[in-house]
Amino acid sequence: MTAHLKVVRAGLFDTLQDLGRIGFMALGMPTAGAMDRIGLGLANALAGNPTNTAALEIGVMGPDLLVEADSVRVALVGPLSPSLIEGPDASPKPLESDRSHLLKRGQTLRVGMVEGSSTAYLAVAGGFALPAFMGSLSTYSRAGIGGFEGRKLGAGDALPLRREAAPGGDEHKLAQPFDYGTGPIRVVWGPQEEYFSAAGRQTFIGADYKVSKEADRMGIRFEGPVIEHAVAVDKGGADIISDGIGPGAIQVPGAGLPIVLLGDRQTVGGYPKIATVASVDLPRLGRLLPGQTVRFAAIPVDEAEKLRRDQEARLQRTIAGLVVARPPGGIDLVRLYEENLIDGVVYSG
Amino acid sequence: MSVRYLSCGDTAFTVEFGNEISPEINGRVMALHAAIAQARDAGEIPGVVETVPTMRSLMVTYDPLATSRAELQPRVDALVARGLPAGMKSRQVMLPCCYDDREFAPDLEEVAERTKKTPDEVIAAHLASPFKVYVLGFMPGLAYVAGLEPSLFLPRRSQPRVRVPRSSVAIAMDMTTIYPFESPGGWHLIGRTPLWMFDQRREQPVFLAPGDQLSFQRIDRKTYDRIARDVEAGAFDWSSLVKSQ
Repeated sequence: MTAHLKVVRAGLFDTLQDLGRIGFMALGMPTAGAMDRIGLGLANALAGNPTNTAALEIGVMGPDLLVEADSVRVALVGPLSPSLIEGPDASPKPLESDRSHLLKRGQTLRVGMVEGSSTAYLAVAGGFALPAFMGSLSTYSRAGIGGFEGRKLGAGDALPLRREAAPGGDEHKLAQPFDYGTGPIRVVWGPQEEYFSAAGRQTFIGADYKVSKEADRMGIRFEGPVIEHAVAVDKGGADIISDGIGPGAIQVPGAGLPIVLLGDRQTVGGYPKIATVASVDLPRLGRLLPGQTVRFAAIPVDEAEKLRRDQEARLQRTIAGLVVARPPGGIDLVRLYEENLIDGVVYSG
Repeated sequence: MSVRYLSCGDTAFTVEFGNEISPEINGRVMALHAAIAQARDAGEIPGVVETVPTMRSLMVTYDPLATSRAELQPRVDALVARGLPAGMKSRQVMLPCCYDDREFAPDLEEVAERTKKTPDEVIAAHLASPFKVYVLGFMPGLAYVAGLEPSLFLPRRSQPRVRVPRSSVAIAMDMTTIYPFESPGGWHLIGRTPLWMFDQRREQPVFLAPGDQLSFQRIDRKTYDRIARDVEAGAFDWSSLVKSQ
């Protein structure tokens, strides 16, 4: 019998994502991939997976998942309101975020709301048994490819698991939450900053911009003061001959409001791009919610590269420093008995 | 001819060869696209992730954990200076197109009227156009193909269609294109190919590539239906479309 996680209630926008479909932009293929690569990396580390394993990216509200496997280890990462685990013969029990959990057949995981952020991740030990397309499991729903049938999850879907049962061993948690940083979103000027007047560039880095309701995996449209183009829009000031669009590119069409382009962005486009979000801050962008306000601050390329390298080193230290998760108040006797009976595993400490 | 390097954050930069659309400029873009792929495969340019060619520029994406802009740009500049790699040939590709069915070519008569031709003359001009694939983008497999016979130049339709069927062959301005998916579109529909420009069942889901020399071959409805059945069944021999390599 194959192992599954069955979606008994769908969330709002749950898709499978890994680090993206890399190497096919020249064919017009968007990279897609996790909105928050740090959250994905931490979830995989907690589940004992390689970083690039596809996990469930949870937008705003998570699904209810029924375990149709002997057991499964899941890791939840992100600011979720308490998720619950319930079985046919047990009352609902809250599940902490930022740690792994062992679930048994017949239990239902009710993933909570994502609070204070738009994105959370659920990784399963061993990953999902789904075919990669062009080297990636990332869902790109506009073309209906990748992930589970190329789309967000719906009620009744059965996600096949690679493992019939969870591997033995301890559950793990983060020693402390990962610090994504605060303050302005760092950007690098270009590629088309000269399409904007000096006043327009000053507006962009001097004003507050609010995330509008038009925010999804393709990009975030901001509301705020209008950025002035160098040449009048009706004289072609907001048109360029299309060129490549990198991750975090900030295009400013004729209306003068910035749009930050993310994983599901088109590969090329014809609007001038005033600046590009530094990769260190892309995970923060991927977590923004409508109504939140940001500022942008310009930094040089070499500084952006250094910040990214520092962040990566910090992420690796966080992963190396995962700690064994102890139930609050000492040893969880129920779990100890379960583990002894089923797996013969005993806590060492 | 010098190039400009434009910053795209700390994971990419764009090599801009010019700010106009010309075959010469695009030729240099494609040459660098090929040269970087070659250098990367030979392990000579570590940290490059991929390159994205357009009409007049090449975006180079890189991994800031493996290299840096300061290290990479001089290497790319050396490849720019070296020019076209030896032995680079473009493919000659022939796509079958059925112009005969009114359902396939709802705009053929209007195009004929506006260009003061008969429908057959419009088809003949489309068949005679020396097309070249410049860019794939916007959606997977959508090709911007320039080289349309100048007597067929028309602006886009003032009223875009909400739904253009998959595999429609369309013209606008100096270009032709083939819709890889059913999608909205504002170009003039003059035919349909039985081929799919994006077929995720294939190992190479996108058949066309930037740099391809492209022409169309007129087929009747019966041939269209036969090829369409083969494509649907995954039995079509795509290599038969390439004349020389």
